[in-house]
Amino acid sequence: MSSTHTHDHAGHAHDHHDDHGPAKGFKRWLTTTNHKDIGTMYLLFSLLMFFIGGGMALVIRAELFMPGLQLVDPGFFNTMTTVHALIMVFGAVMPATVGLANWMIPLQIGAPDMALPRMNNFSFWLLVAAFSLLILSLFMPGGGPAAGWTLYPPLVLQTGDALPLAIFAIHLAGASSIMGAINIIVTIMNLRAPGMTLLKMPLFVWTWLITAYLLIAVMPVFAGAVTMLLTDHFFGTSFFSAAGGGDPVLYQHIFWFFGHPEVYIIILPAFGIVSEIIPTFSRKPLFGYDAMVYATASIAFLSFIVWAHHMFTVGMPLAGEIFFMLSTMLIAVPTGVKVFNWTATMWRGSLSFETPMLFALAFLFLFTIGGFSGLMMGIAPADFQYHDTYFIVAHFHYVLVPGAVFAIMAGVYYWLPKWTGHMYDTKLANLHFWSSAIFVNVLFFPQHFLGLAGMPRRIPDYSTQFADWNMVSSIGAFGFGLSQLLFVLVIWKCARGGAKASAEVWDGARVHGLEWSVPSPAPYHTFDEAPVVK
Amino acid sequence: MKMVKRAFVAGLGLLFGASPAMAAWSDVNLRVGVTELSREIYNLHMLILWISVVIAAAVFGVMIYSIATFRKSKGAVPATFDHNTTAEVIWTVIPVLILVAMAVPAAKTLVKIDDTRGSELTVKVTGYQWKWQYEYVGEGVSFFSTLARPSDEARQLNSGIAPTSVENYLLEVDNPLVVPVGRKVRVLITANDVIHAWWVPDFGMKRDAIPGFINEMWFNAEKPGTYRGQCAELCGRDHGFMPVVVEVKPQDEFDAWLEAQKAARQAALAPAAQAAVLAPTVDTTVDTTVDSTAALRVANAE
Repeated sequence: MSSTHTHDHAGHAHDHHDDHGPAKGFKRWLTTTNHKDIGTMYLLFSLLMFFIGGGMALVIRAELFMPGLQLVDPGFFNTMTTVHALIMVFGAVMPATVGLANWMIPLQIGAPDMALPRMNNFSFWLLVAAFSLLILSLFMPGGGPAAGWTLYPPLVLQTGDALPLAIFAIHLAGASSIMGAINIIVTIMNLRAPGMTLLKMPLFVWTWLITAYLLIAVMPVFAGAVTMLLTDHFFGTSFFSAAGGGDPVLYQHIFWFFGHPEVYIIILPAFGIVSEIIPTFSRKPLFGYDAMVYATASIAFLSFIVWAHHMFTVGMPLAGEIFFMLSTMLIAVPTGVKVFNWTATMWRGSLSFETPMLFALAFLFLFTIGGFSGLMMGIAPADFQYHDTYFIVAHFHYVLVPGAVFAIMAGVYYWLPKWTGHMYDTKLANLHFWSSAIFVNVLFFPQHFLGLAGMPRRIPDYSTQFADWNMVSSIGAFGFGLSQLLFVLVIWKCARGGAKASAEVWDGARVHGLEWSVPSPAPYHTFDEAPVVK
Repeated sequence: MKMVKRAFVAGLGLLFGASPAMAAWSDVNLRVGVTELSREIYNLHMLILWISVVIAAAVFGVMIYSIATFRKSKGAVPATFDHNTTAEVIWTVIPVLILVAMAVPAAKTLVKIDDTRGSELTVKVTGYQWKWQYEYVGEGVSFFSTLARPSDEARQLNSGIAPTSVENYLLEVDNPLVVPVGRKVRVLITANDVIHAWWVPDFGMKRDAIPGFINEMWFNAEKPGTYRGQCAELCGRDHGFMPVVVEVKPQDEFDAWLEAQKAARQAALAPAAQAAVLAPTVDTTVDTTVDSTAALRVANAE
């Protein structure tokens, strides 16, 4: 029955849009205003950046394979850690979630496209410009940016000609993010199908709505901070120099006022994806929908008042340390609610374990581990030990890689049949999952040990007592890196062909979202007439 | 090839717990350290770690049970409930209580850490790219502390010297900081160029060294010995190569050491004093630093 329905729908879409299809060739991609094209471009861009940033990570792990310097100069090593982070955060993870938003938000709320399609195109191409600048900065006299992705002064002011390039790259990427965020808010606020009240929106839409507000709130702050670096360097100001009456720690406060919400800008859409996938494959409604929305909003609010927990060692007053310790610990409560609700969604469900569900489950376990190490670091006295060691490296990689990245991969596998009209190669996809899930732990779990045993982060060489676990971690890194080639292979094969996917794709998915009511692949234009949501 | 094989064997050994390195608890966990603060911090760390382990066991237990039991392949029929207010209130309130229980001892330790009063010795630590300067405030003794030469030679790119052949590779300096055992030592921390961070894991503490500002911390080492740490804030190219080494000595040995430093400094200054009428008197300004470092070199060479 559902297949008949699908067929009619597809036929209809085809007839109607025959002469409105996309332009051919490169021009289609350069000038497109279609949310699906732009979503695809964001996702492919993100994949490319994932591999460039990943290549840098492998340079780092190769150098750290054994004690002693074998491969790179310490200065270049610092450039690798710095640019790896900038590319992964701003070039890989954020554009991936924006790509998913572009593709899925209109489909999930029954809108024909994003509200501001031309700006949508512009925000994507700005991103390309931004990362071209950043990558060019590697070839400047004096080497690439090497002061860490946090760009702390005074060290960052020792950067050579790469500094202005990196700063303008951040400006452009920030402008792109702000435009993307405005577009998402306007789309969600104005283009929802009749009957879709705010509290009927899918969780992915909700988490992105809140994320978009976070972006608008903090991206200008970051832009301001790096602009002050620029004027300190070139125009003789002393915002961050004590010699001129400034304060290097001021930069850290501004940076982390952006930086902590940034953490949630990365992870909230991931929460949204997982909240879509777990109910589908548990064949049960999401447990505690309202609580999930409120928990997301509370996390977003708290993210603005915890920033200085990144700076416990800068020498804050006692009251400040206690305040930021308590507010940080408080975040565990709404985050806990989320984890409990996902677990309760699975409770007495009817679970099946397709690739998206496997990634979502790995997210659930491994993100939670990252959450616990986060809680540990929230305890300020203990953080005096953990701070700037491999323990923090392990922590944020757990929340970013098997956290955000696994959720994004779960989302890609979940919606890929909707995008391409084909089912992906299940065996390869599951192989990709298992090798990623195993190697990611081999890669990052030993880093907890290294940090606790006293290995500082951002060092190219280490004392011999750290040799064993570094070697294990590096083996995991190469295993994880190679596993990602499978991801590309699966996507490539799925785009080219494979078993036809139905409109619903997943058994019983229709009740979980409007995106499953349109044919697979989703026609170039969808929801010309708004569906009615009961 | 041999290297790859060695790596593979070591990796497998570690993964399956066969390597003797696994036996050392200190290789995988925080050090208890040798100060009251480091012990308290260690206890806080273990407390929050065990709380996390217990909660994780419970939550992961439910997840694994669900995954094993409620399977479609086993014919599980999904329930239709979508909320349960009682459960939701419980799992909001209980974490709050756990956090409060955690926050109280943590805040107490913070208060203790913050209290630098009653110190018996003050040392000023200044970070430079890429070395430390130690200055015994009011004693007229100050010197630089840089990476020891054997480590420095071995750490050059493709030096051909195996790090394993160097004792305390990257954790040895020419002139360690020397402090007396069982005394409250106040440390004033600053930097001269970029931000560094002074860290000795066995003392439980690290503090950023920020140019233009002075941070404070204190420690009271209870056991004589040599304690090693590193700079913990990215400070440029050689960030990984400016270790911190502190020698904790019994009071009498420390006193003798300090006297020797002063004497060596006087000896080094003496010719200068004869040559110039305006020779500086004994004080703690940076001007005398260079002299006293030179004096130390003389003292060490003897």
